[in-house]
Amino acid sequence: MKPGPFIYTAPDSLEEALELLDEHGGEAKPLAGGQSLMPLLNMRFAQPAVLVDLNPVPGLDGIVQRDAQLEIGATVRQASFGASPLVREHIPAAATAVPHIGHFVTRNRGTVGGSLAHADARGELPLALVALEGSVRVASHRNGERMVSADELFVTHFTTSLSDEELLVSSIWPIADNDWHFAFEEFAQRHGDYALGMVCVGIRVSNGHVSDARVAVSAVTDRPVCLDDAGAALIGHAAVPDAAREAGAMAATAVDPHSDLHATARYRRHLTGALVERACLVVFEAAS
Amino acid sequence: MQIRVEVNGLRIEETVSSRLLLSDFLRHQLKLTGTHVGCEHGVCGSCTVTVDGAAVRSCLMLAVQVDQAKLSTVESLAPGPQLHPLQEEFRKAHALQCGFCTPGILMASLDFLGRFPEPTREEITEMLSGHLCRCTGYIPIVNAIERAAPRLRTSP
Ligand SMILES: Cc1cc2nc3c(=O)[nH]c(=O)nc-3n(C[C@@H](O)[C@H](O)[C@H](O)COP(=O)(O)OP(=O)(O)OC[C@H]3O[C@@H](n4cnc5c(N)ncnc54)[C@H](O)[C@@H]3O)c2cc1C
Ligand code: FES
Ligand code: FES
Repeated sequence: MKPGPFIYTAPDSLEEALELLDEHGGEAKPLAGGQSLMPLLNMRFAQPAVLVDLNPVPGLDGIVQRDAQLEIGATVRQASFGASPLVREHIPAAATAVPHIGHFVTRNRGTVGGSLAHADARGELPLALVALEGSVRVASHRNGERMVSADELFVTHFTTSLSDEELLVSSIWPIADNDWHFAFEEFAQRHGDYALGMVCVGIRVSNGHVSDARVAVSAVTDRPVCLDDAGAALIGHAAVPDAAREAGAMAATAVDPHSDLHATARYRRHLTGALVERACLVVFEAAS
Repeated sequence: MQIRVEVNGLRIEETVSSRLLLSDFLRHQLKLTGTHVGCEHGVCGSCTVTVDGAAVRSCLMLAVQVDQAKLSTVESLAPGPQLHPLQEEFRKAHALQCGFCTPGILMASLDFLGRFPEPTREEITEMLSGHLCRCTGYIPIVNAIERAAPRLRTSP
């Protein structure tokens, strides 16, 4: 359980990090919090020739509010993200997702950018970014910067649309209007375990009725997805328990989860419905 | 590679290979065997130490990454015969049997109680989700941390 040999690099600027990735292509791996990459190195599931440590790169650890969005630097720790007053005030659903990411100690080191780039289908932050319709800023040595929406970023479990030479520089989280309310709910067998099911629901309420809604799920899918039918089922209805139950039922039929050692497909489907219903009740309560 | 690091108040300079894990650096090179190694993939928590005050898994960091940092391991808690309040509460509450998990839990608790000085039992339990103990059943550990909290609030 020791990593194979690699060349360790500690770039002192973003440009230098991008040059290293460009020079080594698929042979190099960025190292952020290491809470997913280091286990892979220790078990030799991954053996990159070059590690590009992002921790010493200045300017990647900021939390900045710009108009109606928060920009979160790639190496902001999950713990700092969850504790940030800006995050808690403006994107509370993302803040409530944070305590579910691993454990107190792993969150001290794990980063927001690493969670997004790792694209684990059971990751809390990828789901939150999709539900909040966020995006990421990506840079490469050759092609400069580009923006990628959350929806285009996550391709499937452990896979993003970024190329080997590209670095996720920051994530952009839109601040929703005051009439939007969001809730994040998940279920894992033990706290900090990877979730069996997770959902993030957002609704906009005007005059006691739902005027817009978004129901996003993950862990039961190969990447975070918005279930349009479940969202549409809420629109036009009064924010009452019946509507929550209906949305839950729609969500349960919309997913096609797998069976494994931890749970059957049937259980996961039922869980999805229950979590959507529960999240809807939380947002209805917040909206009333 | 050459690293300069402060470990338990002592400044040292060491040569390490880039793939050396921080946990192995502490145990094999510095002979600080209080830090235990259970799983080497971030799950068990027994290797937890603090780096610049923050509790981290030392099996998921490279020794080269602590260049210029300040580290504390479980050995720092009681430099003399007098136990640290946390250790004392662990002893009183029977919060350890074999002691394999204890160094990691103590170091995580130190950072945890520093940031959350008045935790609820539920919050303590949540923090402990990152630490596997095969002996105690956790209840005595929760008790010990709960009792240590007010003592750490008064002792700086
Ligand atoms: C015991 C344990 C429990 C966990 N439980 C959960 C959980 O419940 N939910 C969850 O979501 N996660 C969980 N994790 C993983 C989480 O802790 C990681 O922090 C996260 O998945 C990756 O972030 P990182 O900063 O640690 O990235 P790293 O491990 O450093 O990197 C992960 C991957 O992303 C790439 N990468 C990192 N940063 C960038 C970037 N800026 N641009 C491009 N590529 C990049 C790396 O090359 C690597 O391939 C757990 C981990 C452990 C050890
Ligand atoms: S040895 Fe590091 S967490 Fe288990
Ligand atoms: S005391 Fe034996 S593992 Fe915790």
